[in-house]
Amino acid sequence: MLRYTLLRLLGAIPTLLLVIVLAFLMVHAAPGGPFDDERVLPADVEANIAKAYHLDESLPKQFVRYMSGLLRGDLGPSYRYRDHTVSELIRSGFPLSLQLGAMAITLALLAGVSAGTVAALRQDSLLDRVIMSFAMTGISIPVFVIAPVLVLLLAVKVHWLPAGWSGSAGAAKFVLPVFTLALPQIAYIARLTRASMIDVLGRDFIRTARAQGLSTSTLVRVHALKPAMLPVLSYMGPAIAAILTGSVVVEEVFGIPGLGQFFVRGALNRDYTLVLGIVIFYATLIVFLNLLVDILYGVIDPRVRYK
Amino acid sequence: MLCDMKSMRIPILIAVLGVVAACGGAGKSGDATSVLNRGISTEPESLDAHRARSTQAADVLRDIGEGLVSYTASGELTPGVAESWELSDDGLTYTFHLRANAKWSNGEAVIAEHFVFGLRRLVTPATAAFYAQMLADVSNAARVTSGVMQPSALGVTAIDDQTLVIKLDRPTPYLISLLTHPATFPMHPASIEEHGDAFARAGNLLSNGAYVLAGWIPGSVITLHRNEHYWNNAATAIDEVQHHVLTQEMTELARYRAGEIHVTSSVPPESFEQVRSELGDQLHISPYLGVYYYGYNLIKPPFSGSPALRQALSMAIDRDLLVEKITGRGESPAYSWVPPSVDNYEPTVFSYALLSQDERNNIAQGLYEEAGYSAQSPLQLELRYNTSDTQRRVALAIQSMWRDVLGVETKLINEEFQVLLANMRDREITQVFRSSWMGDYNDAHTFLSIMQAGNSANMPAYNSEEYDSLMKRAAEQVDLGRRRLYLEEAERVMLADHPVIPIYFYVSKHLVSPQVQGWGDNVLDYHYSQHLSLKAAE
Repeated sequence: MLRYTLLRLLGAIPTLLLVIVLAFLMVHAAPGGPFDDERVLPADVEANIAKAYHLDESLPKQFVRYMSGLLRGDLGPSYRYRDHTVSELIRSGFPLSLQLGAMAITLALLAGVSAGTVAALRQDSLLDRVIMSFAMTGISIPVFVIAPVLVLLLAVKVHWLPAGWSGSAGAAKFVLPVFTLALPQIAYIARLTRASMIDVLGRDFIRTARAQGLSTSTLVRVHALKPAMLPVLSYMGPAIAAILTGSVVVEEVFGIPGLGQFFVRGALNRDYTLVLGIVIFYATLIVFLNLLVDILYGVIDPRVRYK
Repeated sequence: MLCDMKSMRIPILIAVLGVVAACGGAGKSGDATSVLNRGISTEPESLDAHRARSTQAADVLRDIGEGLVSYTASGELTPGVAESWELSDDGLTYTFHLRANAKWSNGEAVIAEHFVFGLRRLVTPATAAFYAQMLADVSNAARVTSGVMQPSALGVTAIDDQTLVIKLDRPTPYLISLLTHPATFPMHPASIEEHGDAFARAGNLLSNGAYVLAGWIPGSVITLHRNEHYWNNAATAIDEVQHHVLTQEMTELARYRAGEIHVTSSVPPESFEQVRSELGDQLHISPYLGVYYYGYNLIKPPFSGSPALRQALSMAIDRDLLVEKITGRGESPAYSWVPPSVDNYEPTVFSYALLSQDERNNIAQGLYEEAGYSAQSPLQLELRYNTSDTQRRVALAIQSMWRDVLGVETKLINEEFQVLLANMRDREITQVFRSSWMGDYNDAHTFLSIMQAGNSANMPAYNSEEYDSLMKRAAEQVDLGRRRLYLEEAERVMLADHPVIPIYFYVSKHLVSPQVQGWGDNVLDYHYSQHLSLKAAE
């Protein structure tokens, strides 16, 4: 397994290089630059700014400059948030996005698996129908609709929860963003779990276990849940990706200073270094997460062998 | 299947505990001190006044710094660090007398040398300051910025600690209002030397204004605390100011309605009617120094050398209908280039401004035909605007007005803002484009100067010798009345050429909590926190 992990890690290097080159070319190919504005600068001023940020150099030269910084672990200064470096912004934004994401995934798993299991056990009952229609609704309504509605109801109308992020104290400010972010995933996981659980519950080994007189709760906990979780586990990759992208919207709507917000702003502002830094950071993260999921899969399912 | 749910409980438990622990520690409340919560619509680029650019950055900088001159709550000029000043008879030399009790937030005195240092740093090429051109009329400023002269050649001198002299190349009546801009604030040389690029961070940044930077979470909130050393600290009522970065107008409105912020930076168009009916007494709408316009690309067909066509399109737009039905937030229709709210100026308006829209349409149809177009061979043009709901609605309305009145076939092209800017600058594919201009200071010059040939913000590439010579004559005048006549004449000449279609003048829109006292509406839309106070909540 160690050999497998090392090989996969080595294989990640060209992938990441390709990502960096492509991202570098793409951000620079986008029309406009980081310092373009409706109030166009006088030529002298513009030249001074281009020089200060090395934008007057040729693209290959800029790339070499960027790569040599990157090799020293320096992602450069942000063009838009000029008092901060890209590394600082990632350090300040990522923990928040991670916290949000972790909470949302945890909530999605707990709520989704429970709801899905209950629905599977009471297949075709009224409860099943209610849960599944909620799930359908959760999948269909986009985050940017749910979020303002929840804010209006719970923050503006009844003042139970804060409407925004900055300046509000305590855990309450996490509730709405986490719930909003988790909702579509709860729905999706509930549907996955239900389908997979129904399938597993019909298998021979479950019938055998039942014949041995196991109670339904033991049956589900000990025997059925784990195999039924396999599709959910493979869905974790897309789920994490969905939460990462969903967090972009949630962070915008709630004004949370996470990485998603920086990414969107960075792209719109042509903040080359910030966009590149976050792309590289995410790419690295995703490569490692994929590796992790593959390894985990083997831990849960002994039929998978590492070659 | 050896692993049962028991062993999975622990990681879940840890995750949950970690989450709870992570959100527990953030609590704080400051009931003893008064805290003002304000929304700002974009993150300031920097709190180094020379690396900052946006009006939002300037708003925060005006809370923490103070220039030679400042503004009252209602937007009148008032002495700042300078107690008084005088102008020489030739209009070329200003002498400022600084107050002896002006202090930095570390207790050191603010002296004339700090202004000299700041202004030199502003024009130095290596600073790469966005507002380096602000001082263009100060002796040698442009030559320093272009690298021809050393910063020490700048016409700014400290005679002694309390006396500062600024020498100008030409009379600049608006210099005093320029000196309220954060780019001209004093800078503390020792702290810049000590901290380098990091001097503008919380803990490092020395300020000479009513507040001092206490914390900055990028993308979220900037916290300011009262500056105990500020010379007028006794007049400051609010102890702490939080500038919340709220890029989404709807989020800002929700937070205002939830009672989390006292002052909003805007009001979303889609909720404007509702806000007006429900919170009308808290809504502040005030004329603003900004014009929303459509520009023509004057160096390419069909608009090069066809003033009749340009006038026809301009006249066919029913601006009154547009501001009433489409923008609907109190904007005023624009029949001139310079907003009517500008000081010491009477904007020239289009000759047709007094006609009814029907009469204008008739004339427009005549001009359209004169330019060689008809129902059989209609003008086909492309209108570019940046992607946004308001821009789209305005463009759709104008498209239909042009079609109904003249039969023009307009293709609407929406582009991401940066793409539109790039196209406007290239002047290759643009025909008609949406843009706007916001005044930097309260003087007609800030609007008229950009239409001079060669000005980098002259997007239509307007080029008129008559206009340029009138602007030059205006710049030579020491007498304000005569200068004004030249400027007004220049605007008349420019409007007659129709290089742009001014559509409406902006207004500032804020929701201000009834708790906030001392708010003053003004054309500059400057609202210093030091002028505000908070009444206890009812």
